[in-house]
Amino acid sequence: MSSESLVLFFVLALVLVGGAIVFSSLVAPRSFNHEKFEPYECGIPTEGPTWIQFSVGYYLFAIIYLVFDVETVFLFPWADVMKAVGMRAFIEIVVFFFILGLGLLYAWKKGALKWV
Amino acid sequence: MILDIYSFSTLTGAIDKGLNSAMAPWLATLLEFVIVGVVFLIFYALLGLFLVYLERKVCAVIQNRIGPNRVGKWGLLQTIADLIKLLMKELIPIKNADGFLFNLAPFIVIIASFMAIAALPFAKGLQAMDFNIGIFYVMAVSSLGVIGILLAGWSSNSKYSLIGAMRSGAQIISYELSVGLSLLSIVILSGSMQLSTIVQSQADGWWIFKGHILAFISFVIFLIASTAETNRGPFDLAEAESELTAGFHTEYSGIKFAFFFLAEYMNMFIVAAIGATLFLGGWMPLHIGHWQEFNNIMDYIPSVVWFFGKTFFVIYLIMWFKWTFPRLRIDQLLNLEWKYLLPLSLINTVLIAFIALMGWYF
Repeated sequence: MSSESLVLFFVLALVLVGGAIVFSSLVAPRSFNHEKFEPYECGIPTEGPTWIQFSVGYYLFAIIYLVFDVETVFLFPWADVMKAVGMRAFIEIVVFFFILGLGLLYAWKKGALKWV
Repeated sequence: MILDIYSFSTLTGAIDKGLNSAMAPWLATLLEFVIVGVVFLIFYALLGLFLVYLERKVCAVIQNRIGPNRVGKWGLLQTIADLIKLLMKELIPIKNADGFLFNLAPFIVIIASFMAIAALPFAKGLQAMDFNIGIFYVMAVSSLGVIGILLAGWSSNSKYSLIGAMRSGAQIISYELSVGLSLLSIVILSGSMQLSTIVQSQADGWWIFKGHILAFISFVIFLIASTAETNRGPFDLAEAESELTAGFHTEYSGIKFAFFFLAEYMNMFIVAAIGATLFLGGWMPLHIGHWQEFNNIMDYIPSVVWFFGKTFFVIYLIMWFKWTFPRLRIDQLLNLEWKYLLPLSLINTVLIAFIALMGWYF
Protein backbone atom coordinates (compact mmCIF):
# COMPACT_ATOMS: atom_id res chain seq x y z
CA MET A 1 0.00 0.00 0.00
CA SER A 2 1.09 3.55 -0.62
CA SER A 3 2.10 5.99 2.06
CA GLU A 4 -1.28 7.74 1.80
CA SER A 5 -2.63 4.84 3.84
CA LEU A 6 -0.93 6.42 6.85
CA VAL A 7 -4.09 8.50 7.10
CA LEU A 8 -6.05 5.25 7.26
CA PHE A 9 -4.09 4.02 10.26
CA PHE A 10 -4.37 7.39 11.98
CA VAL A 11 -8.15 7.37 11.55
CA LEU A 12 -8.38 3.73 12.66
CA ALA A 13 -6.56 4.46 15.91
CA LEU A 14 -8.86 7.44 16.52
CA VAL A 15 -11.90 5.24 15.91
CA LEU A 16 -10.57 2.50 18.18
CA VAL A 17 -10.02 4.80 21.16
CA GLY A 18 -12.98 7.10 20.52
CA GLY A 19 -15.39 4.25 19.91
CA ALA A 20 -14.40 2.42 23.07
CA ILE A 21 -14.65 5.58 25.20
CA VAL A 22 -18.07 6.48 23.78
CA PHE A 23 -19.31 2.91 24.27
CA SER A 24 -17.97 2.81 27.80
CA SER A 25 -19.54 6.13 28.75
CA LEU A 26 -22.91 4.84 27.44
CA VAL A 27 -22.97 1.53 29.31
CA ALA A 28 -21.03 2.38 32.46
CA PRO A 29 -22.94 3.22 35.64
CA ARG A 30 -22.64 6.69 37.16
CA SER A 31 -22.81 7.84 40.72
CA PHE A 32 -22.09 11.09 42.45
CA ASN A 33 -20.09 11.39 45.61
CA HIS A 34 -18.41 14.49 46.92
CA GLU A 35 -15.03 12.91 47.62
CA LYS A 36 -14.93 10.69 44.56
CA PHE A 37 -13.53 13.20 42.09
CA GLU A 38 -10.61 14.30 44.25
CA PRO A 39 -7.16 13.35 42.91
CA TYR A 40 -5.59 10.47 44.82
CA GLU A 41 -3.13 11.23 47.59
CA CYS A 42 -2.92 8.36 50.08
CA GLY A 43 -6.61 8.77 50.92
CA ILE A 44 -6.31 12.19 52.56
CA PRO A 45 -7.35 15.53 51.00
CA THR A 46 -4.65 16.86 48.66
CA GLU A 47 -2.19 19.34 50.10
CA GLY A 48 -1.17 22.41 48.09
CA PRO A 49 -1.06 22.88 44.32
CA THR A 50 0.15 20.09 42.03
CA TRP A 51 1.62 22.17 39.23
CA ILE A 52 4.71 23.44 40.99
CA GLN A 53 8.30 24.09 40.00
CA PHE A 54 9.99 20.78 39.27
CA SER A 55 13.53 19.50 39.83
CA VAL A 56 15.86 21.12 37.30
CA GLY A 57 17.68 17.82 36.65
CA TYR A 58 14.99 16.58 34.29
CA TYR A 59 15.24 19.69 32.10
CA LEU A 60 19.02 19.48 31.95
CA PHE A 61 18.85 15.95 30.58
CA ALA A 62 16.19 17.04 28.11
CA ILE A 63 18.52 19.73 26.74
CA ILE A 64 21.49 17.36 26.36
CA TYR A 65 19.14 14.87 24.75
CA LEU A 66 18.08 17.45 22.16
CA VAL A 67 21.68 17.86 20.96
CA PHE A 68 22.24 14.14 20.61
CA ASP A 69 18.88 13.44 19.04
CA VAL A 70 19.34 15.97 16.27
CA GLU A 71 22.71 14.33 15.67
CA THR A 72 21.02 10.91 15.33
CA VAL A 73 18.71 12.35 12.70
CA PHE A 74 21.77 13.43 10.72
CA LEU A 75 23.38 10.03 11.11
CA PHE A 76 20.60 8.05 9.43
CA PRO A 77 21.09 9.40 5.88
CA TRP A 78 24.82 8.93 6.36
CA ALA A 79 24.35 5.28 7.39
CA ASP A 80 22.20 4.72 4.32
CA VAL A 81 24.97 5.67 1.86
CA MET A 82 27.97 4.77 4.03
CA LYS A 83 28.99 1.65 2.09
CA ALA A 84 28.42 3.34 -1.29
CA VAL A 85 30.51 6.44 -0.56
CA GLY A 86 33.31 4.54 1.20
CA MET A 87 36.40 5.90 2.90
CA ARG A 88 35.49 9.60 2.71
CA ALA A 89 32.16 9.04 4.52
CA PHE A 90 33.96 7.05 7.20
CA ILE A 91 36.62 9.70 7.89
CA GLU A 92 34.03 12.45 8.02
CA ILE A 93 31.94 10.54 10.50
CA VAL A 94 34.97 9.83 12.69
CA VAL A 95 35.56 13.59 12.88
CA PHE A 96 31.87 14.11 13.60
CA PHE A 97 31.86 11.52 16.37
CA PHE A 98 35.05 12.97 17.83
CA ILE A 99 33.44 16.40 18.17
CA LEU A 100 30.31 14.80 19.56
CA GLY A 101 32.32 12.79 22.07
CA LEU A 102 34.08 15.99 23.17
CA GLY A 103 30.64 17.51 23.72
CA LEU A 104 29.57 14.60 25.89
CA LEU A 105 32.84 14.75 27.80
CA TYR A 106 32.38 18.49 28.37
CA ALA A 107 28.85 17.97 29.73
CA TRP A 108 30.20 15.19 31.93
CA LYS A 109 33.04 17.28 33.34
CA LYS A 110 30.71 20.25 33.93
CA GLY A 111 28.58 17.95 36.08
CA ALA A 112 25.53 18.10 33.82
CA LEU A 113 25.18 14.32 34.00
CA LYS A 114 25.19 14.27 37.79
CA TRP A 115 21.79 13.81 39.35
CA VAL A 116 20.92 16.63 41.73
CA MET B 1 15.28 -19.01 -1.24
CA ILE B 2 12.10 -19.24 0.77
CA LEU B 3 9.28 -21.23 -0.80
CA ASP B 4 6.70 -19.30 -2.79
CA ILE B 5 3.72 -21.25 -1.41
CA TYR B 6 4.24 -19.48 1.91
CA SER B 7 4.35 -16.02 0.34
CA PHE B 8 1.42 -13.81 1.20
CA SER B 9 1.80 -11.76 -1.98
CA THR B 10 -0.17 -14.46 -3.87
CA LEU B 11 -3.10 -13.98 -1.51
CA THR B 12 -2.99 -10.17 -1.43
CA GLY B 13 -2.42 -10.04 -5.18
CA ALA B 14 -5.44 -12.28 -5.80
CA ILE B 15 -7.67 -10.13 -3.58
CA ASP B 16 -6.45 -6.99 -5.33
CA LYS B 17 -7.05 -8.47 -8.78
CA GLY B 18 -10.47 -9.84 -7.91
CA LEU B 19 -11.68 -6.57 -6.43
CA ASN B 20 -10.36 -4.51 -9.32
CA SER B 21 -12.07 -6.67 -11.94
CA ALA B 22 -15.37 -6.67 -10.04
CA MET B 23 -15.78 -2.93 -9.45
CA ALA B 24 -14.50 0.55 -10.17
CA PRO B 25 -10.87 1.21 -9.14
CA TRP B 26 -11.70 3.79 -6.49
CA LEU B 27 -14.26 1.46 -4.92
CA ALA B 28 -11.76 -1.40 -4.97
CA THR B 29 -9.14 0.79 -3.26
CA LEU B 30 -11.69 1.85 -0.65
CA LEU B 31 -12.70 -1.75 0.01
CA GLU B 32 -9.03 -2.77 0.34
CA PHE B 33 -8.55 -0.01 2.88
CA VAL B 34 -11.52 -1.31 4.84
CA ILE B 35 -10.22 -4.89 4.76
CA VAL B 36 -6.72 -3.88 5.85
CA GLY B 37 -8.19 -1.66 8.56
CA VAL B 38 -10.42 -4.35 10.02
CA VAL B 39 -7.65 -6.95 9.94
CA PHE B 40 -5.23 -4.60 11.71
CA LEU B 41 -7.78 -3.58 14.33
CA ILE B 42 -8.57 -7.19 15.20
CA PHE B 43 -4.89 -8.14 15.16
CA TYR B 44 -3.98 -5.20 17.40
CA ALA B 45 -6.68 -5.89 19.98
CA LEU B 46 -6.16 -9.66 20.10
CA LEU B 47 -2.39 -9.37 20.29
CA GLY B 48 -2.67 -6.88 23.16
CA LEU B 49 -4.97 -9.21 25.08
CA PHE B 50 -2.73 -12.19 24.41
CA LEU B 51 0.39 -10.32 25.57
CA VAL B 52 -1.26 -9.42 28.87
CA TYR B 53 -2.20 -13.08 29.34
CA LEU B 54 1.33 -14.16 28.43
CA GLU B 55 2.85 -11.71 30.90
CA ARG B 56 0.71 -13.08 33.71
CA LYS B 57 1.61 -16.65 32.81
CA VAL B 58 5.35 -15.94 32.53
CA CYS B 59 5.25 -14.06 35.83
CA ALA B 60 3.43 -17.01 37.39
CA VAL B 61 6.00 -19.51 36.12
CA ILE B 62 8.88 -17.41 37.45
CA GLN B 63 7.18 -16.99 40.83
CA ASN B 64 6.25 -20.69 40.99
CA ARG B 65 2.50 -20.10 40.73
CA ILE B 66 -0.16 -21.31 38.29
CA GLY B 67 -1.39 -17.93 37.06
CA PRO B 68 -4.81 -17.29 35.49
CA ASN B 69 -6.56 -20.66 35.04
CA ARG B 70 -10.30 -20.25 35.69
CA VAL B 71 -11.80 -18.37 32.73
CA GLY B 72 -11.71 -20.56 29.64
CA LYS B 73 -9.19 -23.29 28.89
CA TRP B 74 -5.91 -22.54 30.74
CA GLY B 75 -7.34 -19.14 31.62
CA LEU B 76 -7.08 -18.03 27.99
CA LEU B 77 -10.25 -15.93 28.23
CA GLN B 78 -9.12 -14.16 31.41
CA THR B 79 -7.94 -10.99 29.68
CA ILE B 80 -11.12 -10.83 27.57
CA ALA B 81 -13.13 -10.94 30.79
CA ASP B 82 -10.89 -8.19 32.16
CA LEU B 83 -11.49 -6.10 29.05
CA ILE B 84 -15.29 -6.45 29.39
CA LYS B 85 -15.03 -5.47 33.04
CA LEU B 86 -12.96 -2.39 32.18
CA LEU B 87 -15.44 -1.37 29.48
CA MET B 88 -18.24 -1.44 32.06
CA LYS B 89 -16.39 0.73 34.57
CA GLU B 90 -17.22 4.34 35.19
CA LEU B 91 -14.90 6.97 33.68
CA ILE B 92 -14.16 9.31 36.57
CA PRO B 93 -13.43 12.97 35.70
CA ILE B 94 -10.88 14.32 38.15
CA LYS B 95 -11.59 17.60 39.89
CA ASN B 96 -9.47 20.50 38.60
CA ALA B 97 -7.77 18.28 36.04
CA ASP B 98 -7.05 19.70 32.58
CA GLY B 99 -9.99 17.97 30.90
CA PHE B 100 -8.95 18.34 27.27
CA LEU B 101 -5.37 17.08 27.73
CA PHE B 102 -6.58 14.39 30.14
CA ASN B 103 -8.82 12.93 27.44
CA LEU B 104 -6.32 13.50 24.63
CA ALA B 105 -3.51 11.46 26.23
CA PRO B 106 -4.89 7.92 25.59
CA PHE B 107 -5.48 8.85 21.95
CA ILE B 108 -1.84 9.85 21.49
CA VAL B 109 -0.33 6.72 23.03
CA ILE B 110 -2.59 4.44 20.96
CA ILE B 111 -2.05 6.36 17.71
CA ALA B 112 1.71 6.18 18.18
CA SER B 113 1.81 2.42 18.62
CA PHE B 114 -0.88 1.68 16.02
CA MET B 115 0.88 3.66 13.31
CA ALA B 116 4.20 2.04 14.10
CA ILE B 117 2.78 -1.47 13.81
CA ALA B 118 1.58 -0.72 10.27
CA ALA B 119 5.12 -0.72 8.88
CA LEU B 120 6.31 -4.04 10.32
CA PRO B 121 7.09 -6.90 7.91
CA PHE B 122 5.13 -9.84 9.38
CA ALA B 123 5.91 -12.38 6.70
CA LYS B 124 7.04 -12.62 3.10
CA GLY B 125 4.71 -10.30 1.20
CA LEU B 126 2.75 -9.35 4.31
CA GLN B 127 3.57 -5.74 5.06
CA ALA B 128 1.01 -2.95 4.96
CA MET B 129 3.42 -0.12 4.20
CA ASP B 130 6.95 -0.71 2.95
CA PHE B 131 8.62 2.69 3.25
CA ASN B 132 12.13 3.30 1.98
CA ILE B 133 12.77 4.91 5.39
CA GLY B 134 10.98 2.12 7.26
CA ILE B 135 13.13 1.82 10.37
CA PHE B 136 13.38 5.59 10.71
CA TYR B 137 9.60 5.87 10.44
CA VAL B 138 9.00 3.26 13.14
CA MET B 139 11.44 5.01 15.48
CA ALA B 140 9.90 8.42 14.83
CA VAL B 141 6.29 7.37 15.24
CA SER B 142 6.73 5.10 18.24
CA SER B 143 8.62 7.80 20.14
CA LEU B 144 5.57 10.09 19.87
CA GLY B 145 4.06 8.00 22.67
CA VAL B 146 6.11 9.85 25.27
CA ILE B 147 4.06 12.98 24.56
CA GLY B 148 0.94 11.11 25.59
CA ILE B 149 2.60 9.95 28.80
CA LEU B 150 3.78 13.45 29.68
CA LEU B 151 0.32 14.90 28.96
CA ALA B 152 -1.36 12.22 31.05
CA GLY B 153 0.86 12.91 34.04
CA TRP B 154 0.68 16.68 33.76
CA SER B 155 -3.06 16.99 33.24
CA SER B 156 -4.16 14.61 36.02
CA ASN B 157 -3.66 17.16 38.81
CA SER B 158 -2.08 14.43 40.95
CA LYS B 159 1.41 14.52 42.38
CA TYR B 160 2.07 10.85 41.76
CA SER B 161 1.10 11.27 38.12
CA LEU B 162 3.35 14.28 37.69
CA ILE B 163 6.40 12.59 39.24
CA GLY B 164 5.76 9.46 37.20
CA ALA B 165 5.44 11.41 33.96
CA MET B 166 8.61 13.43 34.57
CA ARG B 167 10.61 10.31 35.32
CA SER B 168 9.15 8.59 32.32
CA GLY B 169 9.98 11.51 30.05
CA ALA B 170 13.61 11.71 31.21
CA GLN B 171 13.99 7.95 30.88
CA ILE B 172 12.41 7.52 27.46
CA ILE B 173 14.23 10.38 25.79
CA SER B 174 17.58 9.29 27.27
CA TYR B 175 17.36 5.69 26.17
CA GLU B 176 16.11 6.62 22.74
CA LEU B 177 19.66 7.67 21.84
CA SER B 178 21.06 4.21 22.46
CA VAL B 179 18.17 2.57 20.62
CA GLY B 180 18.81 4.86 17.66
CA LEU B 181 22.55 4.20 17.58
CA SER B 182 22.18 0.43 17.88
CA LEU B 183 19.63 0.37 15.06
CA LEU B 184 21.97 2.60 13.07
CA SER B 185 24.65 -0.10 13.12
CA ILE B 186 22.38 -2.46 11.19
CA VAL B 187 21.46 0.30 8.74
CA ILE B 188 25.20 0.74 8.11
CA LEU B 189 25.73 -2.99 7.55
CA SER B 190 22.74 -3.51 5.26
CA GLY B 191 23.03 -0.12 3.57
CA SER B 192 19.29 0.50 3.62
CA MET B 193 16.55 1.78 5.89
CA GLN B 194 13.81 -0.16 4.11
CA LEU B 195 12.65 -3.01 6.32
CA SER B 196 12.05 -5.43 3.44
CA THR B 197 15.57 -4.81 2.09
CA ILE B 198 17.06 -5.32 5.53
CA VAL B 199 15.27 -8.67 5.80
CA GLN B 200 16.43 -9.65 2.30
CA SER B 201 20.03 -8.81 3.19
CA GLN B 202 19.91 -11.53 5.86
CA ALA B 203 19.12 -14.33 3.42
CA ASP B 204 22.58 -15.88 3.94
CA GLY B 205 22.67 -15.37 7.71
CA TRP B 206 21.27 -13.06 10.33
CA TRP B 207 23.10 -9.84 11.15
CA ILE B 208 23.67 -10.91 14.74
CA PHE B 209 25.87 -13.73 13.36
CA LYS B 210 27.24 -11.98 10.28
CA GLY B 211 28.29 -8.82 12.12
CA HIS B 212 30.67 -10.60 14.50
CA ILE B 213 30.78 -9.60 18.17
CA LEU B 214 30.00 -5.96 17.35
CA ALA B 215 26.50 -6.72 16.08
CA PHE B 216 25.94 -8.78 19.18
CA ILE B 217 26.97 -5.83 21.37
CA SER B 218 24.54 -3.71 19.38
CA PHE B 219 21.80 -6.24 20.03
CA VAL B 220 22.47 -6.25 23.78
CA ILE B 221 22.46 -2.44 23.89
CA PHE B 222 19.23 -2.44 21.89
CA LEU B 223 17.64 -4.93 24.29
CA ILE B 224 18.57 -2.94 27.41
CA ALA B 225 17.65 0.44 25.93
CA SER B 226 14.36 -0.69 24.46
CA THR B 227 13.35 -2.33 27.73
CA ALA B 228 13.88 1.07 29.32
CA GLU B 229 12.14 2.87 26.49
CA THR B 230 8.97 0.86 26.89
CA ASN B 231 8.90 1.64 30.64
CA ARG B 232 9.24 -1.97 31.66
CA GLY B 233 10.98 -3.43 34.67
CA PRO B 234 13.69 -3.14 35.93
CA PHE B 235 13.32 0.37 34.48
CA ASP B 236 9.66 0.87 35.41
CA LEU B 237 10.30 3.92 37.58
CA ALA B 238 7.47 5.76 35.90
CA GLU B 239 4.93 3.49 37.52
CA ALA B 240 6.83 2.18 40.51
CA GLU B 241 3.92 0.66 42.43
CA SER B 242 5.56 0.83 45.83
CA GLU B 243 6.22 4.58 45.70
CA LEU B 244 3.99 6.16 43.03
CA THR B 245 0.81 4.04 43.14
CA ALA B 246 0.59 3.69 39.36
CA GLY B 247 2.68 6.61 38.08
CA PHE B 248 1.35 8.64 35.19
CA HIS B 249 -1.95 6.76 34.90
CA THR B 250 -2.90 6.86 38.59
CA GLU B 251 -5.99 8.94 37.92
CA TYR B 252 -7.22 7.09 34.85
CA SER B 253 -10.10 4.71 35.24
CA GLY B 254 -11.97 2.16 33.18
CA ILE B 255 -11.25 1.91 29.48
CA LYS B 256 -8.91 4.91 29.42
CA PHE B 257 -6.61 3.09 31.81
CA ALA B 258 -6.92 0.00 29.62
CA PHE B 259 -5.60 1.96 26.66
CA PHE B 260 -2.42 2.93 28.51
CA PHE B 261 -2.00 -0.69 29.46
CA LEU B 262 -2.61 -1.84 25.90
CA ALA B 263 -0.19 0.72 24.48
CA GLU B 264 2.53 -0.42 26.86
CA TYR B 265 2.22 -4.02 25.73
CA MET B 266 2.00 -3.10 22.07
CA ASN B 267 5.13 -0.98 22.41
CA MET B 268 6.86 -4.03 23.83
CA PHE B 269 5.70 -6.00 20.80
CA ILE B 270 6.95 -3.30 18.44
CA VAL B 271 10.45 -3.15 19.93
CA ALA B 272 10.62 -6.96 19.99
CA ALA B 273 9.52 -7.11 16.35
CA ILE B 274 12.06 -4.46 15.34
CA GLY B 275 14.81 -6.29 17.23
CA ALA B 276 13.82 -9.56 15.56
CA THR B 277 13.68 -7.95 12.12
CA LEU B 278 16.98 -6.13 12.27
CA PHE B 279 19.16 -8.48 14.27
CA LEU B 280 17.51 -11.89 14.03
CA GLY B 281 16.49 -11.88 10.39
CA GLY B 282 12.79 -11.02 10.56
CA TRP B 283 10.76 -13.60 8.66
CA MET B 284 13.94 -15.02 7.08
CA PRO B 285 14.56 -18.68 8.03
CA LEU B 286 17.80 -19.68 9.70
CA HIS B 287 20.28 -19.99 6.85
CA ILE B 288 23.90 -20.97 7.34
CA GLY B 289 26.29 -20.02 4.53
CA HIS B 290 26.65 -22.88 2.06
CA TRP B 291 24.84 -25.64 3.92
CA GLN B 292 22.36 -26.05 1.08
CA GLU B 293 20.49 -29.06 2.51
CA PHE B 294 20.10 -27.45 5.92
CA ASN B 295 18.83 -24.23 4.36
CA ASN B 296 16.30 -26.14 2.24
CA ILE B 297 14.88 -27.89 5.30
CA MET B 298 14.59 -24.56 7.12
CA ASP B 299 12.69 -23.10 4.15
CA TYR B 300 9.82 -25.50 4.82
CA ILE B 301 8.89 -23.60 7.98
CA PRO B 302 6.53 -20.75 6.97
CA SER B 303 7.96 -17.24 7.24
CA VAL B 304 5.17 -16.05 9.52
CA VAL B 305 6.16 -18.72 12.05
CA TRP B 306 9.76 -17.51 11.94
CA PHE B 307 8.73 -13.91 12.50
CA PHE B 308 6.43 -14.56 15.45
CA GLY B 309 8.80 -17.14 16.91
CA LYS B 310 11.67 -14.65 17.03
CA THR B 311 9.45 -11.82 18.22
CA PHE B 312 8.03 -13.85 21.08
CA PHE B 313 11.53 -15.01 21.99
CA VAL B 314 12.56 -11.36 22.43
CA ILE B 315 9.30 -10.63 24.29
CA TYR B 316 10.04 -13.52 26.62
CA LEU B 317 13.52 -12.08 27.31
CA ILE B 318 11.99 -8.68 28.16
CA MET B 319 9.42 -10.29 30.47
CA TRP B 320 12.13 -12.36 32.11
CA PHE B 321 14.04 -9.13 32.91
CA LYS B 322 10.96 -7.61 34.48
CA TRP B 323 10.29 -10.44 36.90
CA THR B 324 13.85 -11.17 37.98
CA PHE B 325 15.67 -7.82 38.32
CA PRO B 326 15.04 -5.29 41.12
CA ARG B 327 14.03 -1.75 40.13
CA LEU B 328 16.75 0.89 39.60
CA ARG B 329 16.88 4.36 41.11
CA ILE B 330 16.48 7.38 38.81
CA ASP B 331 20.13 8.48 39.12
CA GLN B 332 21.38 4.94 38.51
CA LEU B 333 19.14 4.76 35.49
CA LEU B 334 20.44 7.98 33.95
CA ASN B 335 24.03 7.06 34.80
CA LEU B 336 23.66 3.74 33.03
CA GLU B 337 22.53 5.45 29.87
CA TRP B 338 24.71 8.56 29.72
CA LYS B 339 27.94 7.20 31.19
CA TYR B 340 27.94 3.62 29.94
CA LEU B 341 25.52 2.81 27.13
CA LEU B 342 25.86 6.03 25.12
CA PRO B 343 29.71 6.14 24.94
CA LEU B 344 29.73 2.40 24.29
CA SER B 345 27.24 2.64 21.45
CA LEU B 346 29.07 5.65 19.94
CA ILE B 347 32.31 3.65 19.81
CA ASN B 348 30.47 0.56 18.63
CA THR B 349 28.88 2.49 15.75
CA VAL B 350 32.27 3.74 14.54
CA LEU B 351 33.69 0.21 14.70
CA ILE B 352 30.72 -1.21 12.80
CA ALA B 353 31.19 1.49 10.17
CA PHE B 354 34.82 0.44 9.91
CA ILE B 355 34.10 -3.27 9.41
CA ALA B 356 31.35 -2.39 6.93
CA LEU B 357 33.85 -0.27 5.03
CA MET B 358 36.51 -2.99 4.96
CA GLY B 359 33.97 -5.69 4.21
CA TRP B 360 34.98 -7.70 7.29
CA TYR B 361 31.61 -9.30 7.73
CA PHE B 362 30.25 -12.47 6.22
